[in-house]
Order: sequence, then structure tokens, then C-alpha cells
Amino acid sequence: MLQYVSKRILSLVLVLYIVITATFLLMHAIPGGPFTAEKKLAPEVLRNINARYHLDDPLWQQYTDYMGNILKFDFGPSFKYQDRTVNKIIADGFPVSLQLGSLAVLLAVAFGIPAGIIAALRHNRFLDYLVMSSSTLGISIPSFILASLLIYFLAFKIKLFPAAMWNGFSYMILPSISLAALPMAVIARLMRSSMLEVLSQDFIRTARAKGVGQGLLIYRHALKNSLIPVVTYVGPMAAGVLTGSFVVESIFNIPGLGRHFVTSIYNRDYTVILGITIFYSALIVFFNFLVDIAYVLLDPRISLDKKGEN
Amino acid sequence: MSFKKFLSLLIAITLTGAFLTGCTSTGNKDSSDKPVRFGQLGEPETLDPRKATGQPEGQFLLQMYEGLTAYDADNNAVPAAAEKWEVSADGLTYTFHIRQNAKWSNGDQVTAQDFEYAWKTLLSPEIASRYAEMLFYLKNGEAYNSGKVKAEAVGVKAVDPNTLEVTLEAPTPYFPQLTACYSYFPVHKKTVENNADRTANPETIISNGPFKLTAWSHNEKAEFVKNENYWDAGKVKAKKLEFSIVESNTTRVSLFENDQIDLTLDPPPSDVERLIKEKKAEITPHLGTYYYSFEVEKAPFNNPKVRKALTLAIDRSAIVKEVTKAKQIPAGAFVPLGIPDAAKGSDFRNIGGDYFKDNDIETAKKLLAEAGYPDGKGLPPITLTYNTHEGHKAIAEALQEMWKKNLGVQVELTNQEWKVFLKTCAAGDFQIARDGWSADFPDPMTFLSLFVSNNGNNHAHWKNAQFDQLVSQAKTTTAPASRVKIMHEAEALLMEEMPVLPIYFYTMTYMIKPNVKGFVHTVTDYIYFKEAYVE
Repeated sequence: MLQYVSKRILSLVLVLYIVITATFLLMHAIPGGPFTAEKKLAPEVLRNINARYHLDDPLWQQYTDYMGNILKFDFGPSFKYQDRTVNKIIADGFPVSLQLGSLAVLLAVAFGIPAGIIAALRHNRFLDYLVMSSSTLGISIPSFILASLLIYFLAFKIKLFPAAMWNGFSYMILPSISLAALPMAVIARLMRSSMLEVLSQDFIRTARAKGVGQGLLIYRHALKNSLIPVVTYVGPMAAGVLTGSFVVESIFNIPGLGRHFVTSIYNRDYTVILGITIFYSALIVFFNFLVDIAYVLLDPRISLDKKGEN
Repeated sequence: MSFKKFLSLLIAITLTGAFLTGCTSTGNKDSSDKPVRFGQLGEPETLDPRKATGQPEGQFLLQMYEGLTAYDADNNAVPAAAEKWEVSADGLTYTFHIRQNAKWSNGDQVTAQDFEYAWKTLLSPEIASRYAEMLFYLKNGEAYNSGKVKAEAVGVKAVDPNTLEVTLEAPTPYFPQLTACYSYFPVHKKTVENNADRTANPETIISNGPFKLTAWSHNEKAEFVKNENYWDAGKVKAKKLEFSIVESNTTRVSLFENDQIDLTLDPPPSDVERLIKEKKAEITPHLGTYYYSFEVEKAPFNNPKVRKALTLAIDRSAIVKEVTKAKQIPAGAFVPLGIPDAAKGSDFRNIGGDYFKDNDIETAKKLLAEAGYPDGKGLPPITLTYNTHEGHKAIAEALQEMWKKNLGVQVELTNQEWKVFLKTCAAGDFQIARDGWSADFPDPMTFLSLFVSNNGNNHAHWKNAQFDQLVSQAKTTTAPASRVKIMHEAEALLMEEMPVLPIYFYTMTYMIKPNVKGFVHTVTDYIYFKEAYVE
């Protein structure tokens, strides 16, 4: 286990190094910079700004400076939000996205898994068709449409929830449903197909023949085995949902991290682009690590240290 | 976790949610203390007046700080922190007298030194303010910013705590208007001097305006309370302002219609017509022009006749009625409505009138033939470039169709991401490009000086010695009547040469609850909440 963990940490460093370098180079390759404005700045004004943010240094030096600062966990100042640092922007936005995202992940898992199981157990019957057709809807309706529909019916028409903003629990319901719909549908489908596969296997038949009841059969024998594809999906999905979504955060005006992923690129806010890319990559690597651990817990045949020996 | 546990957790969550929703709807209903709730257009980049560059910052700063002057509802500069001022005969020296009773939010006296300090630090190369150019009107402002002279040489001096003497590079008759802009606001020298970060947070900001900021949660909301130390506090009616920071225009409409805000602006164009019909919104002029630039250095647009032909052959009334739909004003010239002319109460645009007729296909055809391209024959391929945006696309497509139908001219459309587009425009790497200009203060000069040779925003790359001459003449003329006359001449020349194709003058749509009273907004869409209140 220890050996495995150290290997993963090493690969995390390598992944982050590649991500940072690629992002850094791509970002500087896009035409226009953080201070390309509609009202063009006077040359001397631009010179002062470039000097202040060290943008007049050669690119390799900016790169090595940046790498040095990252080792100190200093992501630098935002170019757009002049009085805020990237660390502060992440510290402000991430807890909000995390709250909202956790609720969405919870909803997706809590409804997706049972729905998939029910569909598998009622294979080719009404409930199966119901779950599958609603999951097709969940996958194909974009979140901004779903969000608008939810606002229209649940905020305007029956005035159950606020239309937008972020002031407590009631403000979290509509955005978390909008965020959860897609992963919920995907989970239901994955769960259904892997459950069907497991149910057709020999050990299930054996268990049935031995007289194990339906509930126990599903819970103890089939569920664990069929969760593997779902867990594989939930890991990176959770990393994505927890860091927020541009669309949902814009529509509901939620002060999360998600919108910075898009606006920082429009603004060419170099430090913010890099900072949140690094943050997101680290989170994805971490969640994949959790997924690997979950594999071991779910299936004793999988071992993290020894490869190729089953 | 078992499914039962999952399920019970979910039920618990749902019930808590319902409970909380129930609570939020029962607020206190004391009408006299109602806060004014405003839907703010975006997150301020900073709250340091010296570093601010745009609308989101201005909207905050205008409530928190006060300049020497402020705008009234007719866009005139009126006394604010200064009770009066004098101008020297040559128009180069302004002496502002700051009110004895002007106070900072901590009770300190607002002094001339505070202004001097703020202006000089704004211009310093170290602060690297993005709006430094706003203070290049001061003598040696530009020289100090580019490191050529010391701070002492800049033309602003506190003669005594109540007297500020300002020396300018050139006579600038609209200087009192400029001092109403946030770039000219003071900062509390004593606290900011050794710690510039004190301008960043509600806990440490000391300001001199009608309200003080008490809370600011980024990208979400801000709260202001009345500043009891403000010299004119008697006129401030609202005890509290609540700003919701909402970037998405559809979300602003949602919040307004769901009674979460009382006042906001700029809804999506598709909603404007309905909102007006339901009496929820009104439209006012906005100080800006929507236009296209011709790259005049390359054929065929090096020929003014071709430029003119394309300009005349479009139907602006149809565009504003069918495409943009927010009652924009079809432009027959370049300088928009809303700028005072020389005579009191008159408007520069109305005095100048239109320089061309809208949808004048006959003349357009004639001009195109005279240029050697009868019915568009012989024209090289033409491409129109705009920045990626639904609204710009719709207008570009309308133009494409009109030119084809009216002149037989075939135009291709292409679009680019915003900052890529800005690069393209600056480099002149286009034939026809979408363009627009909104002013920071109401004077024709902000629009006309765009087209001086070598101005960085002159995307047409049009150069005309006579025009340059007229603009610099207007800049040094102090008598209002003759100055305005020269500017009318300059605009006439611009419209004769037509390096740009004006389409419409912007408007702004305000969504206002009927019980919101007393606020003043400028033609540049800054709102003064000083005397605002909710009935």
C-alpha cells in the first residue's frame, strides 16, 4: 500500500508538471493578453503595468519564477481582480462549489444507483423503460435548459425556491438538481448494465439455488460486484462537479469556482487560468486515487501493489 | 451506507430545505427602513479609485466616495466635495475650494492633500494604474507616468487644507466634468499612505461619500450603510443599499421579476419589448455609438465613395426595429445624443443634425458607380469581421443582406473571440470590422479625438491633417461657443470622409420597481443612490 501511495504521489507531480507547462505555453500562445482592452492603453501605461506584473521578462524567466512560486503554494495575484490573489479566489470560490457539488453528487448517487438496480431487476418491463427513458432525457437535456425550466416552474410559478443567489440551503436545491441530472442519468445506466451482467453470472445462480432471498442476494452478492464501473465514473465526475460549473453558477449567480474556469480565459487572466487548472488537475488525480482504493474494498481480487497476478 | 440510510438522509435534507424556504419568505416589513436593492452588472476589479477602470467599479465607488464635483440628472458637473471653483483666464489653472464640513467616514476632514496624494499616486509608475490616461490632462501627468519627471512636477497642489490648485497641460473646458469621474476621487492619505491594501476591504476602507461599504462577498453581493459623517447626510434617505452582483443578464431579469432586487439595468434584448409593455422597464439614451470601421489603407476602402456607398445603403430604422429591438437611435452622425451643446439646454447632436440620410439607396448606387464599381461589379471580395456574439452576428447578417439587395455587393462574414478581435482591429488586419465607443464623460471630444492620426483606437487607420488640426484647435479653444463650432466642423469632415459607418446610438434599458424613487443616473449609466429610497 505504501509503495503504491508513493508511486501515485510521484505520478501526481509528473502529471501536474506536464499540465502546468502545457497550460503555460498554450495560454501565452493565444492572441491578446490580460491588458488588451477595448480602450487601448497608452504605451507608457502598458509599460508600467507589464513591469509591475513582470510580463516584460523573457518567457522562460516568467516560467521559472512561476514554478518557484508554486513550490511555495503561491499562485500569484490575479491580473483582472487587482486586489485579490489566486489563492484567495480559490479559497473564496471552492467552498461554495464544494457545498453545491457535494449535494449534487449525493443526489446523483442516491437516485442513480437505486434507479439502475430497479431497472435491472425489472429488465424489459415498465419500470426499466421508465428509468431508461428518463435517463435518456437526463443525458440529452443541457443543464441550462433544465435550470431555466426549474426556475420557471419552481421559482416563478409555485414560488417554492428563490430564482438565484446564494443565501442558504433553499438556494442550493435548484442548482444542485440542474448539476445532478446528467451524472444521475449516467450512473443509472451504468448501474443497470453492470447489474444485468452480474446477475447473469454463475455465483448468483448458485446463491439463488442455495435459497438466498432476493434482497440479500442483491445487497450482499450482486451490488458490490456491479459497483465497479459506477465508481470508475463517479471519481472524475465528482472532481468536476465539486469544482463547479460555469453554466449553472452563472444562471443561479453562485459565487463558486466554476465560472472562473471560463472567464479567466476570456480575460487572459494568466495566473487565475494556471491556478485553477492546477487545482482541478490535482483534484482529479486525487479522486482517481480514491477510486483505486475503492476498487480494493469492492473486489478483493484487485490488489494495488501487485500487477498482473490474479 | 445502506439504502435506508441514504433515503432517510435525503428526506431529512428535503425537509430542512422546505423549512428554510418557509423562513426566508417572512421578512420584516418596516417600510421606512427598506434597503434599496440593486442588481449590479459585475464584480468590481478593485475598490481603489486609483486603480478602477470600468462600470462595475464605478458603481460601487460612486456611492462610497465623492469627487470635487458630481453629475446632476442633466449631465452637468455640480459642486460636491468642492463647494466652488475658479478658472484662470487662459483656462489652464483651476482652483477648487473644498468644503469645510467635508468629512471622511471616520470623521476626519477631507483635505486638498488627500486629493493631491490620490492623483499623484494614481499617476505614479509604481501603482501602474490602467486608467492613468484619465489624468494625463494634468500638467506633466504623462511625463511623470512615463518616468520623465518627479511627482513634484505634476500640476496638482494643495495650497492649504481647503484649496486645491490644478494646472493643466492644455485648457480643458470639461475638466469639472472629469473631476466627477472615479479616477479623480480622493483617498484617505493618512491610512493609505503606508498601506495601500487598506483600499481593498470593507473593514479598512475609509471613504467620503454618502454611503460606506460594510460587507462585500466576492461575485455575490455587497452592503452599504449611510455614512453619518457625510457632509450632506441630511439628503441621504436610504439607510442601507444592497447590491447583488449579477453578471448574467437573464439572471438579473429573473431576480427582478422574482422580487429579489428593486432596480437593475441591461436585460437581454429579447426581453426588452415585453418588459416595456409590462411597464417594468424604461429606455434612456446611453453615451455610446455602435459602428463599423473601414480599413482605409487598402482598396477598395481607400476610396471614400465606396465607404459612403456602403454607409448609405443600409436601413438603420429597420435594424433597430427588427434586429436590436431596444429602441436604439438610428445614427445619422458619429457623436451620440446626450452631450450638452454651447447654448444652455441644447444637445450637441440636435444642433449638428444628421450628416446623411438613412437608407439612401439611390445616392449609394450613384457613388458606387462613380467609384468604378457599377452595381458592385469589379469589387474585390469583401469580408466583414465581428467579435463572436449573437447580437453582433444578427446585425452583420442584416447588413450583408441589405448590401446584396440594394447594391449587389457580396460580403462574407467572419467572427473572432473578443481579445483576438481586438488584436485584429489594432493591427488593421481586416476590411470592415465591428466597432463601438462608449464615453467616460459627456463631451464630444471623447468621440472625435478617436480619429486623430495614430490614436490607438482609430481602427480605420484614417489620417487627415485637417481633422487633426481641427481637434487640436478645439482642445485649446476656451470660449464654449467657438469650441463647439470647431467640433461640429470636425464631425462634418469625419462624416464627409466616412472612415466609419455609424449604425446606431446606444440606449440603456433600466428595470425599475415603481416604488423606487430619488436616484439619479448619468448618460454614461452611473447611478447615484445618494437620494434614492424605496417607498
